[in-house]
Amino acid sequence: MTAVEDTPSVPLSPAGNPIGFGRMPRKEDVRFLRGQGNYVDDLNLPGMLHGAVLRSPFAHARINSIDTSAAEALPGVKAVITGETLAGLGLAWMPTLSYDTQAVLATDKVRFQGQEVAFVIAESRYIARDALELIDVDYDPLPVVYDAKKALDADAPVIRDDKEGKTDNHIYDWEAGDKDKTEAAFAAADVVVTEDILYPRVHPAPMETCGSVAHMDPVTGKLTLWTTTQAPHAHRTVYALVAGLPEQKIQVISPDIGGGFGNKVPIYPGYVLSIVGSIVTGKPVKWMEDRSENLMSTGFARDYHMKASIASTKDGKILAVKVDVLADHGAFNGTAQPTKYPAGFFHIFTGSYDYPAAYCNVKAVYTNKAPGGVAYACSFRITEAAYVIERIVDCLAAELKMDPAELRLKNLLKPEQFPYTTPTGWEYDSGDYEKTMRVAMEMAGYEELRKEQAEKRARGEYMGIGISFFTEGVGAGPRKHMDILGLGMADGCDLRVHPTGKAQVRLSVQTQGQGHETTFAQIVAHELGIPPEDIEVIHGDTDNTPFGLGTYGSRSTPVSGAAAALVARKVRDKARLIAAAALECAPDDLEWELGRWYVKGDPSRGRTIQEIAMDAHGPLELPDGVEGHLDAQVVYNPPNLTYPYGCYICVVDVDPGTGQVKVRRFIAVDDCGPRINPTIVEGQVHGGLADGVGMALMELIAFDEEGNNLGGSFMDYLLPTSMECPDWELGETVTPSPHHPIGAKGVGESATVGSPAAVVNAVIDAISPFGVRHADMPLTPANVWRAIQGSPVRTDIAVS
Amino acid sequence: MQVTVTVNGQEVTRDVEPRTLLVHFIRDDLLMRGTHWGCDTSNCGACTVWVDDEPVKSCTYLAVQADGKSITTVEGLEKNGELDPIQKGFMECHGLQCGYCTPGMMMVGRALLDKNPHPSEAEIREGISGNICRCTGYKNIVASIQWAAEHPVSTEASEVTA
Repeated sequence: MTAVEDTPSVPLSPAGNPIGFGRMPRKEDVRFLRGQGNYVDDLNLPGMLHGAVLRSPFAHARINSIDTSAAEALPGVKAVITGETLAGLGLAWMPTLSYDTQAVLATDKVRFQGQEVAFVIAESRYIARDALELIDVDYDPLPVVYDAKKALDADAPVIRDDKEGKTDNHIYDWEAGDKDKTEAAFAAADVVVTEDILYPRVHPAPMETCGSVAHMDPVTGKLTLWTTTQAPHAHRTVYALVAGLPEQKIQVISPDIGGGFGNKVPIYPGYVLSIVGSIVTGKPVKWMEDRSENLMSTGFARDYHMKASIASTKDGKILAVKVDVLADHGAFNGTAQPTKYPAGFFHIFTGSYDYPAAYCNVKAVYTNKAPGGVAYACSFRITEAAYVIERIVDCLAAELKMDPAELRLKNLLKPEQFPYTTPTGWEYDSGDYEKTMRVAMEMAGYEELRKEQAEKRARGEYMGIGISFFTEGVGAGPRKHMDILGLGMADGCDLRVHPTGKAQVRLSVQTQGQGHETTFAQIVAHELGIPPEDIEVIHGDTDNTPFGLGTYGSRSTPVSGAAAALVARKVRDKARLIAAAALECAPDDLEWELGRWYVKGDPSRGRTIQEIAMDAHGPLELPDGVEGHLDAQVVYNPPNLTYPYGCYICVVDVDPGTGQVKVRRFIAVDDCGPRINPTIVEGQVHGGLADGVGMALMELIAFDEEGNNLGGSFMDYLLPTSMECPDWELGETVTPSPHHPIGAKGVGESATVGSPAAVVNAVIDAISPFGVRHADMPLTPANVWRAIQGSPVRTDIAVS
Repeated sequence: MQVTVTVNGQEVTRDVEPRTLLVHFIRDDLLMRGTHWGCDTSNCGACTVWVDDEPVKSCTYLAVQADGKSITTVEGLEKNGELDPIQKGFMECHGLQCGYCTPGMMMVGRALLDKNPHPSEAEIREGISGNICRCTGYKNIVASIQWAAEHPVSTEASEVTA
């Protein structure tokens, strides 16, 4: 069953593609289907060497000495680099995207298991790995901070003693909302519900791990870096600033990327090491991490310990919400989000409801774990925000003995309230929330499901129905408020229409599977009437695309999509002047229809965009002030974020004997405004829903008392397969963003943000007859069983 | 040591270290980059190829084990310039996004259809359960394999390519 309707028919191109929005096969598929993609590890340059990283087996240990002599003596080894080598170059430490520092290679001590200690460069990847075994590091293990809740204890070891004057593991305190107003609302409330809610550490785990090939040309001094980055332009600037390399001589190429999900936003030591390796050896150097390195050292996600409280009247009108967060950032604060918001956009936790008061404070701490935190399709921590509000609303429903759907409907924002300023300062652009929720309930057959549940409970069977209603703010962002490391989050876009009417559009964003080569061609097609197959999308190469901040936080369509629409409109405006010259009339006398300017009142007289393109490059005499050729460029600075939303309903069956959860159905109704290519949008939603099932039921990076990472391979870090995922049922409503040129809101992360709460709410609903009101993710059979027994354990640590 | 294999119908002989994994042999020695590597532990299936028509995870299979055998990779699916139905299915049904798991998925999907030309949805889901995709949530992969089942190569075409 599906409630997705195809977009209204648009003219089809000779190739059968919509000249504008609609379903069409992806242009990028032709190479992937033939095994002809071009991923970083596919690169094989003449003379290329291979790098491998030696990593710390300890979570916290002092380094007494590193002996690399045996490794250097191994035939085929070209160089071994240590922290000491880098310190001599001033490169032992690098800045993170949060104005902290991170060791490229450890010098003084190691601070998490898997931290980078040495780098071997050899003739083959096998020899490089062999050499790692020959490096002798003398460590003195130190006490470990494995539990964020103990990070600020008086006797906790100080992890960041590299920072002058640092005497504890505190990173920052940050707050949003009105504390006094919120406390007053709580004091006056009939009902207050409080719950400790953990969003445990998980990992984006894209199928392609991180890696790079660096080539510093010793003659020209030009550095070319092929790398798994979601933000090639930002990386180029950071490399220029960190390494003192001239920015005009750095070319960052992000070729085909095997999934990103935020894992490929930060700059990792391995990338820097491949550059240093190329400088040292004068040869191209490839570094590709293995799966354990990816899971143990690169950007994790979440790790938020949240205490949430909700206040309401006795009939279920929400009055206020507050959340205290303890944020585990690992050993280096390496999160990637707009500078002004150290906790990302977490303060959107007020959700989709109408109430006057809210407050949160976030305390961030260092622990002996890998750095990261903002990743895994999180929309800058809106995953945590959406989860906590949707979980605590369900706890309130349980307390009030109200149906969770009814409680939500009673509190959802109303269409006439938009634009709506939330108690923590966000300005939601548009929405008709109740409509979306009704569509989801209709698709699910909500009333029938509740009847079925009651019948089953009477028979001792435990099914659960979970609802989640989420609102995201995506498309970072307005330059005034949002920058990363001082780089404003506006995106450039260039469009050139060639003489024959075929076009190239150059984007600053980069696809990791989102289908930009198709979607952006459709945006330009929609604006200019050029068939999408005649439009080439160029991206992922800093020498050949305009500056912009990259693809993450669901920002490609809200920011670069707007840029693409506007640059096409700029070309259309110029085309009008050229058409007027060709038709010997005034520009004002011309009217636009898709692909053509024509004379008002005389539609037979007109010039197609293809004819205009040739005119623009030909001998036609152009009016004063009109340059030849048909191209334009823009920089789009979004006036606000866009606010997609959705209602998700999950149906599960739980075996109380084993704690096994089976996701039987999942209904997802998203409103992301108009859908440029509905097929691609649905695909993105499907993927995010699988993430949600994975995080809710399976995925976890836990640690033991020694700081050992217990999720360091796919044997231990469990990802959902085709067996855990149901046949997703999608629906949609369409509420355009009023400030976006084509009304589109962004959708890439919606499902990852919205779905975990629906799954958890369904499981808790199923086992609520056992008196369970909350249990933490992942709801593995063991954890569900323990919750049913009334003896839940912390999921994030494994202690004996 | 010397290894002789028939890869996508062509016999090749190479000297390899005994420890060389089949996935590295295919990618680094034969320079066929369509087969991907994803996990080292046989969990993800990005490296799936066929050895004598059976799907094998080439990250945990030595190149020397394939000596004298026939290997088929994603590059071998297309015949005489015509995409295999499984490839067409993935395109028609948007069965791929980043493309990284896709070669492995198509190799298990094709192998499934060769044994069971009309699998049920449950059989398809079980058939691809050894392969992980992080982008698609599997729904469209299942649909892609169903599409391929419904659009098999015609007998005539099979004879031409045989």
